[in-house]
Amino acid sequence: MGPIPNHIAFIMDGNRRYAKKQGMEEGAGHKAGFLALMKILCYCYELGVKYLTVYAFSIENFKRKPEEVQCLMDLMLEKIGELLKEESVVNQYGIRLYFIGNLKLLSEPVRVAAEKAMAATAKNTKTVLLICVAYTSYDEIVHAVQESCKDKRNEIEALYASKVSNGVTEGVEEGENINGTIEHDVQGSCESSLSKSQALNTTIACNGVIRVEKKKGVILHAVQGSCEDKWDEVMSRTSNGVTEGVADSKKKQWMHPTIKLVDIEKNMYMGVAPDPDILIRTSGENRLSNFLLWQTTNCPLYSPSALWPEIGLWHLIWAVLNFQQSHYYFEKKRKQL
Amino acid sequence: MLFTLSLSLSLSISPTTLTSSPRFKFHSCPHVLPPTPKPPPPRLRSSSQAHHVILHDNGTVAGAGAPVEENILPAGLRRESMPRHVALVMDGNRRWARIRGLPVGSGYEAGVRSLRSIVELCCKLGIRVLSVFAFSSENWFRPQAEVEFLMELFERGMRDEMGSLLRENIRISVIGDSSKLSRSLQELITRTEETTKTNCGLQLIVAVSYSGQYDIVQACQKIALKVKDGLIEPNDINESLIKQELETNCTEFPYPDLLIRTSGELRISNFLLWQLAYTELFFAQSLWPDFGEVEFLEALQAFQQRQRRYGGRDF
Repeated sequence: MGPIPNHIAFIMDGNRRYAKKQGMEEGAGHKAGFLALMKILCYCYELGVKYLTVYAFSIENFKRKPEEVQCLMDLMLEKIGELLKEESVVNQYGIRLYFIGNLKLLSEPVRVAAEKAMAATAKNTKTVLLICVAYTSYDEIVHAVQESCKDKRNEIEALYASKVSNGVTEGVEEGENINGTIEHDVQGSCESSLSKSQALNTTIACNGVIRVEKKKGVILHAVQGSCEDKWDEVMSRTSNGVTEGVADSKKKQWMHPTIKLVDIEKNMYMGVAPDPDILIRTSGENRLSNFLLWQTTNCPLYSPSALWPEIGLWHLIWAVLNFQQSHYYFEKKRKQL
Repeated sequence: MLFTLSLSLSLSISPTTLTSSPRFKFHSCPHVLPPTPKPPPPRLRSSSQAHHVILHDNGTVAGAGAPVEENILPAGLRRESMPRHVALVMDGNRRWARIRGLPVGSGYEAGVRSLRSIVELCCKLGIRVLSVFAFSSENWFRPQAEVEFLMELFERGMRDEMGSLLRENIRISVIGDSSKLSRSLQELITRTEETTKTNCGLQLIVAVSYSGQYDIVQACQKIALKVKDGLIEPNDINESLIKQELETNCTEFPYPDLLIRTSGELRISNFLLWQLAYTELFFAQSLWPDFGEVEFLEALQAFQQRQRRYGGRDF
């Protein structure tokens, strides 16, 4: 038996086409879609899948007809209420609920209901359901970048403030006796720019640092993150061992990045779950529509032509079997490398 | 709705047994596409928007794009819904070689020939931008000998093709973390980009040492510097700012309309990320060296049949 995927993500596409096909009004298509979600949820959790993510409402969907948007919001409010009842699937499968997206864009009743549902299920640990609402990857990434920039700025300010109060010249004069290391750029792009090295007799005390490489007083790795302001300040104060290379290197320091991949990932809304193993989009469309762009980059996309309300157990099994087969293939390749 | 599900999942099931089942009509497998209406024969009519080609004395061509006449569009393709930017994940070179009992290098060389023919086809069809995933950030983990072979192939290819790039009016842009490339290759890339930058035919974007996540991280790092320098506040950061800083800012059309991945793999593998938000994806079964005009036109036809709603419009 192959591995069961830990996390499956669904783009629940085709509700409106289903309603049209069945001669129903549009709202009825979305209701049928909710029933399909409940069905798939049970299949997945019974199979042993722990995380399920669904694309319920994109920020782009706000551009639809106001009546349809209102209908979807009303449906969401109604169904959140149902999910929190004693006898619902949430308790049956010990589901922890997350509403992922820019919840400030939702009307207050819906946002409050979503927050209440997250709080009420926060202690559940068996399975997780992530409902992406008022979501796009663009919005998620922009938010993550904003937060990362704010974090870095706060870090620099806090470090500078603490060094000022401790007496900042210590680091400059003690030279080799200072226990300081310099953070190394994960991407390694700094190495080539430091080929014009500078002679400096000191190392610098920094926060959260990994390693230093220093040969004959030359620092070979860039100072980064919270260290940058400190570097600048030391440059301006020390007169010992500073050569004309310093100004150039200082300019290069400013060009070095302060944000790394982990900083962005840490601030993603979806940081509460591992990346999906499978992405399934119903209704035959073969595109991502701004859903989990960051998280699905190595994940297979399956596109059954069934409309979302028509999705069944066999579609799920087909996707899982394919996942197992390609997982076996990749494991084999990995062992060969 | 409780039920007991126990599956003895056998690994002997092959993709063909699964995809040939009548229950499953998956658009990701071209050989089981639902029956499509037969395309009308190519129409020969003059276009009122024919591009005028002006040949300068120095041999360069000016114009609003690659000159294309309506009557050379094959297989019923419609001019008005041709993709402006096509992206390619050229997968399957090594498998192609293995199947033939050839060394891996032969697979890559066959891949280069395939790329050449697709580039020519794009020029004829008037596609404005073609992005190709030549070497991913993850590919650095491949065996050293293979990586070196690929780098040499790339360097040789770029040098040898300079003449035809100029003749075909192709502009080359290279995206990716070039710091990991050899100095000679970096210099060759800079020279090639410089020499071809005024060409206004097809723009060929070659992604080398690239990943979509790396592209976003480097864009964010540039933005973070602006925040640090007090030029912008964190809350000023928006989608437009990120788009401007991505490495695809080298082109007027940074977002592909269509992405084709060969060899049957159904994933993006970190090629472009932000840029693919609304891109139509086409997964072709052929291995890259076998992907030719017929397969490319099939992908274009499938693209033209798709309805793109961008989350908003009614259908």
